Amino acid sequence: MSDTKQIGVTTVRKEAWDKVTGAAKYTGDTITTGTFHGKILTSTCAHGLIKSLNIEKAKRSKGVQAIITGEYLPALTGSIIKDHPPIARNKVRYFGEPVALVVANTEQEASMGVNLIEVEYEPLPVVNSISDALKPNATLVHEHLGTYYCPDATVYPKAHTNMADQVKIRKGNIELGWAESEIVVETTINLPGSDHLSIETRVAKAEILPSGIVNIYTSSQGPFAVKEEISKNYQIPEGNVVVHTPLVGGGFGGKAAIQLEPLVYLASFAVGGKMVVLSMTREEDIMTSPSKISTEGIIKLGATKEGIIKALECVYYVDCGAYTDTGPRMAKSIAIDCSGPYNIENILCDSISVYTNHGYSTSFRGFGHTASTFGIERAIEKLAKKLNMDPFDIRMKNAITEGNTSPTQEKITFSNAGNLVACMQKLKEIINWDEGNIRQTEKGTIIAKGISSFWKTSNSPTNASSGVILTLNDDGSLNLNFGAVEIGPGMKTTAAQILAERLKMDISSIHVFMDVNTQLSPKHWKTVASMTTFMIGNAVLGAANDFISQLKEIGGIALECSQDELEVANQKVFISHRPDIFISFKDLVHGYQYTSGMSIYGQIIAKGSYIMSRLTPLDRETGKGKPAVSWTVGAQAVEIEYNPKYYSYRLLRAASVIDAGKVINPKAARGVVMGGMSMGLGIATREEFIYDPKAVLSNTSLRTYKLLRFGENPKYAVEFVETPQIDGPFGARGVAEHGILGIPAAFANAISLAADDEFNDLPVSHETIWKKKTGGKYDTL
Amino acid sequence: MIEILEPSIVTLNVNGVDRKVTVKPSDTLLFTLRNELGLTGAKPGCENGDCGACTVLVDGWPIKSCLMLTVEALGKNILTVEGLKNTTIQKAFVENFSFQCGYCTSGFLMVCHALATVQPDANEAVIEEWLQSNICRCTGYEEIGNAIKSTLNQINTMQG
Ligand code: FES
Ligand code: FES
Repeated sequence: MSDTKQIGVTTVRKEAWDKVTGAAKYTGDTITTGTFHGKILTSTCAHGLIKSLNIEKAKRSKGVQAIITGEYLPALTGSIIKDHPPIARNKVRYFGEPVALVVANTEQEASMGVNLIEVEYEPLPVVNSISDALKPNATLVHEHLGTYYCPDATVYPKAHTNMADQVKIRKGNIELGWAESEIVVETTINLPGSDHLSIETRVAKAEILPSGIVNIYTSSQGPFAVKEEISKNYQIPEGNVVVHTPLVGGGFGGKAAIQLEPLVYLASFAVGGKMVVLSMTREEDIMTSPSKISTEGIIKLGATKEGIIKALECVYYVDCGAYTDTGPRMAKSIAIDCSGPYNIENILCDSISVYTNHGYSTSFRGFGHTASTFGIERAIEKLAKKLNMDPFDIRMKNAITEGNTSPTQEKITFSNAGNLVACMQKLKEIINWDEGNIRQTEKGTIIAKGISSFWKTSNSPTNASSGVILTLNDDGSLNLNFGAVEIGPGMKTTAAQILAERLKMDISSIHVFMDVNTQLSPKHWKTVASMTTFMIGNAVLGAANDFISQLKEIGGIALECSQDELEVANQKVFISHRPDIFISFKDLVHGYQYTSGMSIYGQIIAKGSYIMSRLTPLDRETGKGKPAVSWTVGAQAVEIEYNPKYYSYRLLRAASVIDAGKVINPKAARGVVMGGMSMGLGIATREEFIYDPKAVLSNTSLRTYKLLRFGENPKYAVEFVETPQIDGPFGARGVAEHGILGIPAAFANAISLAADDEFNDLPVSHETIWKKKTGGKYDTL
Repeated sequence: MIEILEPSIVTLNVNGVDRKVTVKPSDTLLFTLRNELGLTGAKPGCENGDCGACTVLVDGWPIKSCLMLTVEALGKNILTVEGLKNTTIQKAFVENFSFQCGYCTSGFLMVCHALATVQPDANEAVIEEWLQSNICRCTGYEEIGNAIKSTLNQINTMQG
């Protein structure tokens, strides 16, 4: 392969053959004898005081080693607000919340123990919706909200309310915006809670060694965050906590939360440090573990008769459930990108996080942007309709571009955001927009197309960083080690491609450390926010540069020439004008040995690190600030066939065009985008948590929580535009979550057009259409 | 008829080899494969028959191993993903990027492998019917569809 390019070339992922032979190991696959099993007793009540908890019978049950309740080493957890006891104490706040943990020799024995625990609740009124949470004299989910410690200093919980935070955007002059507007539309949207539903349910194990080392094995997207949290919560020196994460069976943000790790640590502590494993059943994974936020929004847009948007006023309410986890950060995300990828000079936005008695939520693919995109896109669609404008034209007219500013008043450039107009033009061709967006077939069905644009930026702590270490093997091949988790998209392979390209070598001689071990791998904040390629890629380039300069230094001695004359390619250091004079990597592994036998230099170990620079917190009153380094823009479409007789529809086609900066692994990139689109269609058409009047979650299994299955998918088209991001590795910007972002909006635009009604509440099932069109009256077919 | 009332040692034919294992009457095949035989290719995804991640072949037919008791599998031939060696479908999965996290992959591979063996002339509708038994959360299914179609094509051109 030698000098051939490795970027933009489809590369089979490094672990591919392990995954098609069953050899790939996930956290739950390494089962050692002698491990104890944990089982959680979950709350059957969504809001109530724990009146009594009797564990005596369970303690005596066969095989039971220990039972832990909320009284055992109590500590509050939470990365934004410390509001969350790992096991409920005194009161329960959601259906499915852990109330006790039984540790036994086997899983069955642990389950038997759980069944013998007697618990009595005194039910409290439930906060079962955002409006319940915000009404005057609302029941409080957290009575002591004002006293909680907030590790994130930019969050402002309001004591004696259910409001966890409020983010404000005040840009331009909203009054002026309204004055300039000749037409105004208002849209109300609603996206219910739903589940990440990784096919691997969450699993964690822990042991405490006599030396004081705490080993945690977990299917996590944030092993370094786990290390930090366990250390802080239980006052263990951070270096003593070692977190191990092998391949992860899907995350989508859900495994970035820290939930099972404190539980297994406590369990192991309770049994003298022995290894304890806790693996969630599907039902527990849905109801006990964190899920996606639900969001309501009111979006008001003002524009001129020509369709130029002049004002945006919006308020979003984010239901975080019983505990905040990263909920307020998603509310912030909604606010900072509330305009969508459109140039709007006057903005007023409030994004409010509330507590309810629903299951708690955590980061989810898109990090709030699916909701903000849905809000702005449905409003623009309404505006287009009112102005009698083509939905494409109105978006083109307002598309954000170089020189505009974001809602947080950051300057937009082609480098930091990409080229939306180019994406839209490409999309237009792919979906044959010019043939029209609605037509009737001979069968009497209606074929309709809906479009949506999107943008997304990351929303990481201002000090999020990544690191890379390179070492050599005796055969001259390289080991590449970094702390990002392989959760599916293939980032380990992407990093190897970037390295191979920089070193002009064959990727097969680059060995990636597939797992993450927080003691061996350099820190990587969390494998989230689609930032892995960007951050790790930059750290890889740094390490490659360090490696090259070391090679040249030692190569200059070996080849008796100046370092400036040297080049590196094909695992060799050579004189650029005399490629036949070279020394191979394999002869430099342990330094350089003179003919006399004496050696110099020692092993080559190269390192690189990257930190996103110059990020700032947002101003509390105006939201002005720099939350991230870049955006990724794109445009999407969904085509459906609607049957007005049965109020049913089929998904025909879905398309995405994304400005990726530079695509590194085309098939992998396409796959990740398609996967996101698939999830977006799930959210658009069927996925939703259903709570009964007592806030009990009623669909906790795959029988009742339906996912898209094989064959229900439309035909996909995924294309890229490549406007380089100057500070990205080879110009690449983040692409991962983006496939999901505009799909629900594009779908809702299509079905609203086809069924001639407004669908602003997701999901839109056949039944919702029927209800909306008929008022829910039964009809003879 | 065999009667198993307590933990017993039985013989199970897995991937062409007779293996002695200890089973309790209540053990599922999934449990025995993973915890007794260390064959962790079959994955638990729901243990309720809904996701297909645990699929293995029993006498050539896909079975959700979370729904079958080990004792029901006695005397039958069990094929797990570990028993697939360089098959066309595995190569097709690699080439078509038919997986991302890989957690659902063993299950899908077993369904596809069985389909390619049992009904190599399957049309779109049959493929759809077979593959609806499993769930993948990472891909858009299209990639899996491409892999099974290319495999069936190859088999048919070889035979045709
Ligand atoms: S684990 Fe068997 S079908 Fe899901
Ligand atoms: S590849 Fe992750 S579930 Fe299918």
